[in-house]
Amino acid sequence: MRACVIGAGAIGSLFAAHLSRVADVLVLTRRQEHAQALNDQGLRVSGKHDFTGRVTAASDPRDLPDFDLGIVATKATGLEGAAESLAGRFAGATIMTVQNGLGAEEVVHRHGDWPLISAVTFMSGTKHSDTHVEYILDTATWLGPYGETPYERVQELAQLLVDSGLKAEALPDLQPAQWAKLIFNATVNGVAALTGLPHDAHFAVETGEADLGRLVHALVDEGKRVAAASGVELHDDPWEMNVLATKRGSAHYPSMLEDVEARRPTEVELINGALVREAERHGVDAPLQTALYRLVAARQASYS
Amino acid sequence: MRICVVGCGAVGSLFAANLARLDDVEVWAYDLFREHVDAINRDGLRLSGAGEALGRLTATSDPTELPSCDFGIVATKAMHTEVAIEATAAAFADGCVATVQNGLGNEEAIAKHAERVIRGTTFPAGKLLEPGHVQWDVKGDTTLGPFEPRPAPFDEVARLADACTRAGMPTTAVRDARGPQWRKVIFNAATNPVGALTRLTHGRVCEDPGLRRLVSGLVDEGKSVAAAQGIELDADPEDLIDHAAKPEVAYNHKASMLQDVEGRRPTEIDYLNGGIVRFGVERGVPTPLNRAIWSLVKGLEQSW
Repeated sequence: MRACVIGAGAIGSLFAAHLSRVADVLVLTRRQEHAQALNDQGLRVSGKHDFTGRVTAASDPRDLPDFDLGIVATKATGLEGAAESLAGRFAGATIMTVQNGLGAEEVVHRHGDWPLISAVTFMSGTKHSDTHVEYILDTATWLGPYGETPYERVQELAQLLVDSGLKAEALPDLQPAQWAKLIFNATVNGVAALTGLPHDAHFAVETGEADLGRLVHALVDEGKRVAAASGVELHDDPWEMNVLATKRGSAHYPSMLEDVEARRPTEVELINGALVREAERHGVDAPLQTALYRLVAARQASYS
Repeated sequence: MRICVVGCGAVGSLFAANLARLDDVEVWAYDLFREHVDAINRDGLRLSGAGEALGRLTATSDPTELPSCDFGIVATKAMHTEVAIEATAAAFADGCVATVQNGLGNEEAIAKHAERVIRGTTFPAGKLLEPGHVQWDVKGDTTLGPFEPRPAPFDEVARLADACTRAGMPTTAVRDARGPQWRKVIFNAATNPVGALTRLTHGRVCEDPGLRRLVSGLVDEGKSVAAAQGIELDADPEDLIDHAAKPEVAYNHKASMLQDVEGRRPTEIDYLNGGIVRFGVERGVPTPLNRAIWSLVKGLEQSW
């Protein structure tokens, strides 16, 4: 089994390092120095696990041999470029997408007819350097078939991830999980980006009139109405996901908060924008999610 | 006539220094900023910018030094109203107390400690340059009227308005001062926090169509709450918003709340959007957008 991880941010690095314990792992990076460092030093994991994996990295897809499994782990903002770099190659591969938001599969599909696997991940990590990632939340990755991809292939991949030491689960239909994460992400990332708060206890407090938990709850309820109108029955209740996550002790810094603090482009279009567009498509009123989307998009516009 | 300005920051200083120029008015100022108090007593209180003045008055940080006054003019930030009026109430046992502060709830807080209360709204603005010296940025009108639950006699309201007008601060006494107050509150609540959350100037908020719709959503809720109380706005806040967005007016203006956020100082959100929500709850008018904005800015304050 040979796997290729495309995009070695925190999530991509966690997949690559763990998979290297059960498969040959290639890593496609954007920067040549990054690939060089990985080839020289391997990829260190600390935190929940502690080991260093050996990987073969390159920054040019023409330098990569064929592989069986591709995991596209770029941020949603880098997805189009990553899919483009795979076009016309790797005919035998199955490709898994793990981006936040909706529609990543369609983007990859436009660049080739590989069998696709949809995934959402709840694990998190922090990259300390090109060759060191800290594994922070060891929560699961959920996988499901996209289009005609046989479910058995999804189950095999889920098993491979479990064998590598990660938590993973195959689901016959990923939409309920994808939507649960979409609603969770749109709400938590948006509120964190605007308030500057990491995902901490504030997000679950509903005692006082202005307590943030009330807003989070109302945003989640709107998201659930959009999901219902789209005919999706949620795999989990995003409000309960939120409450649970705030009880973990160490507060997570959502990527959208890190992005606005570093004045980088955020995933707001693919997360909050996707949810608001779904609401419009189904004629569902979502004034709070719409407000959140516009505020974060405007915050991003304030960089220039 | 003896007048004490309670809270001699920028706006308080505009009233204090101008009133001190009148022969028939003796002005006192109560403020906790010692260097400012000392400078006023030593050199007088100086205004420069939109108007020049040097007022001779007596300032103090010790409320027991205050003589019995005919009028109080409270000009603290809204979150300090309660403490300031409680400390100075004895000086107004036989007088009337007016507020020229931002937001909703100041009259109610004053009425807990004063018998005769004057509702007020003022548009002039400035900033404290150094102790004893205030820059007068914008001239503007002031409206005063009896606070309905504990009203000052209308003749007294008119006497204070006349003094302010003669001092160069054009002021109108009206029977119902709620219209101008709510127009200003709705304007501030719909624009200040949006600027603070997105970091955009007033003009840039208004030229983003999605954001401008959010501003209108906030205005509409405020109008509904005002209407439910039988308040007739003296002008449409929307006109004020569009007017202020013009390049020659306040396109590049950073809302005071944005300045507070950049300086990590507590904002007046509880008395703007929080005030609209509270009055809405009282009248059974839903205000989901104002509530959302209130929570987001409270969250932002908690992140410091």
